[in-house]
Amino acid sequence: MQTLDQTVVDAPPGAVKPQRAPRVTAGFSRWRAPLSILALLTLPFLLPSQALAVNVLIYGLYAVGYNLLYGYTGLLSFGHAAFFGTGAYVTGIAIGAYGLHPLLAMGLGTVAASALALTVGAVSIRSRGIYFAMVTLALAQLVYYAALQASSWTGGENGLRGFTVSRIGLGPVSLDILDPQVKYLFVLAFVGAALALISRILASPFGAAIEAIRENETRARACGFDVERSKLLAFVLSGLFCGLSGALSAIHLSIVPLDSLAYHTSGMAVVMTLVGGAGTFFGPFVGALVVLVLEDVFSLWTPHWQLALGTVFILFVLFLPRGLWGSALERLSFRRGQS
Amino acid sequence: MTSAFAALDLELIAMQLFSGVALGAVFVMLALGLSIIFGMLGIVNFAHGNFFMVGAYAGVFVMERTGSFWAALLVGPLMVGALGLLVERFLIRPLAGRSPDDPLLLTFGLGYVLVEGVRILFGSDGLPFATPEELSGVADLGIGYFPIYRLFVVGVVALVLVVLWYGLERTRLGLIVRAGARDPEILRVLGIDIQRLWLWVFGLGIALAALGGVLAAPMRSVNPEMGNVVLGEAFAVTVIGGMGSLMGSVVAGLLVGIVVSMTALVAPEMASIAMFAFMALVLLIRPQGLFGKPGLGV
Repeated sequence: MQTLDQTVVDAPPGAVKPQRAPRVTAGFSRWRAPLSILALLTLPFLLPSQALAVNVLIYGLYAVGYNLLYGYTGLLSFGHAAFFGTGAYVTGIAIGAYGLHPLLAMGLGTVAASALALTVGAVSIRSRGIYFAMVTLALAQLVYYAALQASSWTGGENGLRGFTVSRIGLGPVSLDILDPQVKYLFVLAFVGAALALISRILASPFGAAIEAIRENETRARACGFDVERSKLLAFVLSGLFCGLSGALSAIHLSIVPLDSLAYHTSGMAVVMTLVGGAGTFFGPFVGALVVLVLEDVFSLWTPHWQLALGTVFILFVLFLPRGLWGSALERLSFRRGQS
Repeated sequence: MTSAFAALDLELIAMQLFSGVALGAVFVMLALGLSIIFGMLGIVNFAHGNFFMVGAYAGVFVMERTGSFWAALLVGPLMVGALGLLVERFLIRPLAGRSPDDPLLLTFGLGYVLVEGVRILFGSDGLPFATPEELSGVADLGIGYFPIYRLFVVGVVALVLVVLWYGLERTRLGLIVRAGARDPEILRVLGIDIQRLWLWVFGLGIALAALGGVLAAPMRSVNPEMGNVVLGEAFAVTVIGGMGSLMGSVVAGLLVGIVVSMTALVAPEMASIAMFAFMALVLLIRPQGLFGKPGLGV
């Protein structure tokens, strides 16, 4: 910190200019959550079906939560289905078996996913670098098989059924969740709140710390950051938002398929984040939109739409690793820098 | 009466122990391929399980054409290994110099392509793969009757291990490979085409996975999704053994096989969970794995 102040003081008058660039982006980043919510409000008018729009919201939040870990902290996890699925299962069980209020059930699901993230994070963060992806994948498989075996709670292979949320009472008002527009706004309220919170987290000193860890872990450690605890906190927060998206998907579908814990679901977070743009605020939503629309369009023609998914993903890794949104932002800031 | 029961129990335990070894032998093939590729190229191959699956299908394909299991065992892995060469040359090589996450992500995407490719060519349903006639039946080993095919699997894996060990430790090429794993730059300075070495090592790792797939086919059902299941298992074994350690792959593979089949004896419903719980335990005690060196990992 001291050296930074020093450079500012010692800097010649000409060096004031680069200082303005961060201020411009800081002003922009203050508005990123409201702007994102505004953009998401237009989705139902742009997409062919309301259900697809709700899916984009839910998977977008899932990818945003994942991005907190991969894009901002630089930890490549392949096990986030565990948190998405736990959020969904606990919400569904709390409603179906214990008759809890849907909002309370969602809270419970989110807390359960965060607690699981704390456990998985504590084990997997001990493993460095490329190990991390393998360990998180294997631990998520453990959760998957545990859910498969505990079929009296989870419904096993058939998934969790038998809980339907049609109305959600909020004091005097009661929301009719079966009305597509009400449902969209209900889900958006949670997604919007999550986005505002994530924006706040990223703007905090902790947000700067995790980005420092991503850029150079050794240097971050040397600067005095507690790298292990920052990573663990990022992991838990990431699990929390993924758990919330799972809880929302349980409310949305009124069923929790076993697939929501599977390897494929973990992979979807990676695909969406990378296609949209890892380490960008709105990128994961772009990725979720592209992937889900791709699925919607291709699955009409062929049952083998995942061939297109895999091919598109390979092309992104090879030629557009910053993703759609990331590349667009880069081009924009490049132009701004030029002028 | 009690002694008769004890003898029965002992026989049962011996049986389970042995099927654990047979199961573990397949894990060894998977983990070896993963470890060789990681050790040389520094890449975690996320399509490894899918190459295992493609290997099983290649075995089915060759067996249908020729009617010979032996041809399937030999030609199947060679075909898939050749596919591996193409993947290295045209997909992985362009990523040289980028973050180690990039080839990992690329092979993950490749997994989708392989699964759907197999679904298009062979259909989405599973295929039967009969145990070859000359290897069916059981053999009496004195302590109990063991399925001949499982004995055969253990034998083949042992043979592959001996050949690999000889190749790595006793030949000039093996010396170059080991040097390349330690310091590719120096090797390049000495005038060795490391790019070509990487190509063949990648192909070898893939062929080993495919051989595991053909060997496992009569023991587990052949379907397009089997690769994703196997990937998690292969990772658990590799993490337990220590990434990049061939010795670790062998020991951890057998150990995990035994742990799984022993759990199946005591609590069948826990069998699929056992290996991952075992991995978590090993990680808590030795984060670098049983045979890994501390601080390894990219």
